Amino acid sequence: MRARFQLNGQPVAVDVEPRMHLADCLRDELGQTGTHLGCEHGVCGACTVIVDGAAVRSCLILAVQAEGSSVVTVEGLSTDDALTPLQTAFRKHHALQCGFCTPGMLTTAHALLTEEPDADTARVRSVLSGNLCRCTGYIPIVEAVLEARAAYRKTDKP
Amino acid sequence: MIGINRYIGSPVERVEDFRFLRGRGEFVGDLRREGMLHAAILRSPVAHGRIRNLDGTAARAIPGVRTVIAAAEIGAVPRIPLRLLPLPGTERFLQPVIAADRVRYVGEPIAVVLADSAALAEDGVGSIALDIEELAPVADRRASGKNEILLFEEAGTNRAMTFTAVSGDADTAFREAEYARRERFSVQRHTALPMEPRGVLAEWDAVQGRMTVLGAAKVPFFNRDTLAAMLGLALTDVDLIENDVGGGFGARGEFYPEDFLIPFAARHVRRPVRWIEDRREHLTAMNHAREADCEVEIACRRDGTILGLRGEIFIDLGAYVRTNGLIQPRTLAQFFSGPYRVPNVDITSTALLTNKTPSGTYRAPGRYEASFFCERLIELAARDLGIDSAEMRRRNLIGAAEMPYKLPRLEPGGPAVDTECDSGDYGEALERCLAEFGWEEKRALQGRLIEGRYHGLAVACFIEGGGAGPKETARLELEADGSVTVYVGSAAVGQGLETVMSQIAADTLDIQLDQVRVLHGSTPYLNEGYGAFASRSTVLGGSAVFEAAKLLLEQIRAAAAVRLGGSTEEIELVDGRARSISDGRSLSFAELASERLSVDTAFANNNKLTYTYGSAAAHVAVDPGTGHVELLDFLVVEDVGRIVNPLTLHGQAIGGVVQGLGGAFMENLVYDAEGQLLTGTLADYLIPTATDFPTIRAIALENHPSPSNPLGVKGAGEGPIIPVGGLMANAVASALASFGAMPNRLPLSPACVWLMGSVNESSD
Repeated sequence: MRARFQLNGQPVAVDVEPRMHLADCLRDELGQTGTHLGCEHGVCGACTVIVDGAAVRSCLILAVQAEGSSVVTVEGLSTDDALTPLQTAFRKHHALQCGFCTPGMLTTAHALLTEEPDADTARVRSVLSGNLCRCTGYIPIVEAVLEARAAYRKTDKP
Repeated sequence: MIGINRYIGSPVERVEDFRFLRGRGEFVGDLRREGMLHAAILRSPVAHGRIRNLDGTAARAIPGVRTVIAAAEIGAVPRIPLRLLPLPGTERFLQPVIAADRVRYVGEPIAVVLADSAALAEDGVGSIALDIEELAPVADRRASGKNEILLFEEAGTNRAMTFTAVSGDADTAFREAEYARRERFSVQRHTALPMEPRGVLAEWDAVQGRMTVLGAAKVPFFNRDTLAAMLGLALTDVDLIENDVGGGFGARGEFYPEDFLIPFAARHVRRPVRWIEDRREHLTAMNHAREADCEVEIACRRDGTILGLRGEIFIDLGAYVRTNGLIQPRTLAQFFSGPYRVPNVDITSTALLTNKTPSGTYRAPGRYEASFFCERLIELAARDLGIDSAEMRRRNLIGAAEMPYKLPRLEPGGPAVDTECDSGDYGEALERCLAEFGWEEKRALQGRLIEGRYHGLAVACFIEGGGAGPKETARLELEADGSVTVYVGSAAVGQGLETVMSQIAADTLDIQLDQVRVLHGSTPYLNEGYGAFASRSTVLGGSAVFEAAKLLLEQIRAAAAVRLGGSTEEIELVDGRARSISDGRSLSFAELASERLSVDTAFANNNKLTYTYGSAAAHVAVDPGTGHVELLDFLVVEDVGRIVNPLTLHGQAIGGVVQGLGGAFMENLVYDAEGQLLTGTLADYLIPTATDFPTIRAIALENHPSPSNPLGVKGAGEGPIIPVGGLMANAVASALASFGAMPNRLPLSPACVWLMGSVNESSD
């Protein structure tokens, strides 16, 4: 089947098997390997991408379901060689070690702060609790997301 | 010691982060090769059985499925050797890389299917007709010890190994003691669970007769040697390549069956083959850890002075002795007494085979379990004797004047594996912890009921023997642009190795951090290397880089002396330039690069471990209605000798503590009586999330540098996880003291805590 959608602002069209989930499509068919697979049943959150503004587990939707949507992956969070304020805050707070869960953390946090730039600590923790990290103990990730809020308040597209 | 310190000791932001934050990391699952086939593995659905028949006809008939490889295609099936503690007798229990006629755990590999896509390979696995005659399983270590059902009939026993750790005369100490108490404790089976599943991509170059394996981790050189022997290839014809690695924690990177099967498959079909583990198979295929129980006793004087520890520990090891499977049993025995002065010790630990996934090391192997057992015993003794928890520990910590302090003698092993606490002031770390935590003020809360919840506090102390030998290698090369490339035998598993090695090299060479490039892990870089285990990378790899950098400076000085005239004493090296003191003329490192300056070196530590040590304190509130335990405060203070990067060190501490809390409260690999794993997904196997433990503090000290390496650093990746189990159990015990709670088994699940707080309540 053919799936056509916007990927990080560019139109893509790809032939996929009906059973292929979006994560495999992004990684294997479109070469966007920043989206990681940690469990393939929607628990770990590493594969989170932003579909039409919402954080979505790309292992839980089929590629063909993305038809007509706008999909943003970790590769699409920044458009030049500079880190975004969210990425900069992750680095400053040492919010990543092995880096495997990081793409999902970034997309989840980006979707949250875009909608709710004033999210409080409890809200940030609650939303991030859907993403598993085995290295950091989460504390620096929460600190980084809280610090990045300021950038989302100032502009609508950091 | 290094004189110049621009980078060492500073919270340098990591050089690795740019690629990870932008989705440009290269994990093994991100790699593809032209003509690559995908592998999926048929695994045993039963815990114990004999393979009667395996028929891959239907699988092979699926369009896109290329072949099915089982034991018959492999021929003589190699068995995986031990990397650590290859003691006599263990050869009987090594794991074959594929099951030929007997399966011994759910998840054991039986066949490999190769296909054009991973989905087709999985279709192939589902189409193999497998006929297994089920045998009665050995479901736990008690059944194992009876030897009624044997995993290896020819061995005549399920007992894989027994270690003893002895010092002094425990029997006499117990006979003469004023106080003694005996208890039973247990720690559940859990696992390291790195977020990236494992993967292997193997490429066979039929023309050159060379094998290249991507996805290596932790110990690529040892695994290269192992694979070369199994494939009958020269070491020089096998390369193991380390890509980005999504977490290790001891479990990832050991030699597993797939580390043979995928390269074999690639050679068999003469095409690149990739296998990426899924999470379900990960939970039965990768090493499990920690399952142990014990009956142990403590002897004290009335003033709380510990006189002796003795008892028996049993480890449910699973179906085979894997590469590092004996580390946990060894450590449980030898490190049982932890940071405490215990003159008389007699501990036995026995590893028993069961029909479960084999176990191996997981961050602080054996130490986490031993600390739980020992801290519970000490706490019970303190309570019986009416001594404050902190005072009990204060009285028994090994003193600074007693360093070095010998730990008990281990057998088998003998003097060759003797180890001693190397340096430090354990009491100092305890006092700092108590002061920062506010122990004196908070202890009034012990057992108090406040707004429906019972409050409890606990304190525990630990040592981390890290920096295991024998050595590590490094090569430094001066590049044409004056930058320096560092090749190091250490491996990166996500802990920030590139940043830490860059800091050490840049400081020693007195050049900018971005003038250093660190390449690590992969076998083509160096002739030998030892890798990332036992918190050894900064200690041994860092020291090797430091020594190599000093030698490179000497080469630069000598080359500059020739070019500028005069003796080497007249050359000073500052900020990437060599300058003649006599006439002020200078050359940049780039100008000297034409001399092809390069240094190869190794740093050996004579197998002397470094001993990081510390104390931790915790404050919990227990809801007796739900069994929920809220962690209100947690503080760990550790002395690591010397801090290279406070940012990454802090990350190791906090991350380790949270893993330990997962083990204390939630993580549990549950098997049923048939040997089926009941927690085979991340929806069943629970690990901490962002809402569980928001309040954890860590303080690192560098008051007592290691005497055994030039940097003064001590291994610091595993300390803070060690006391967590004991700490949580003792805090819950304190909170529920009025119920007589005895939290002697981990995990402290809500149901288990609720029972401790409700059974006695209803009988009031």
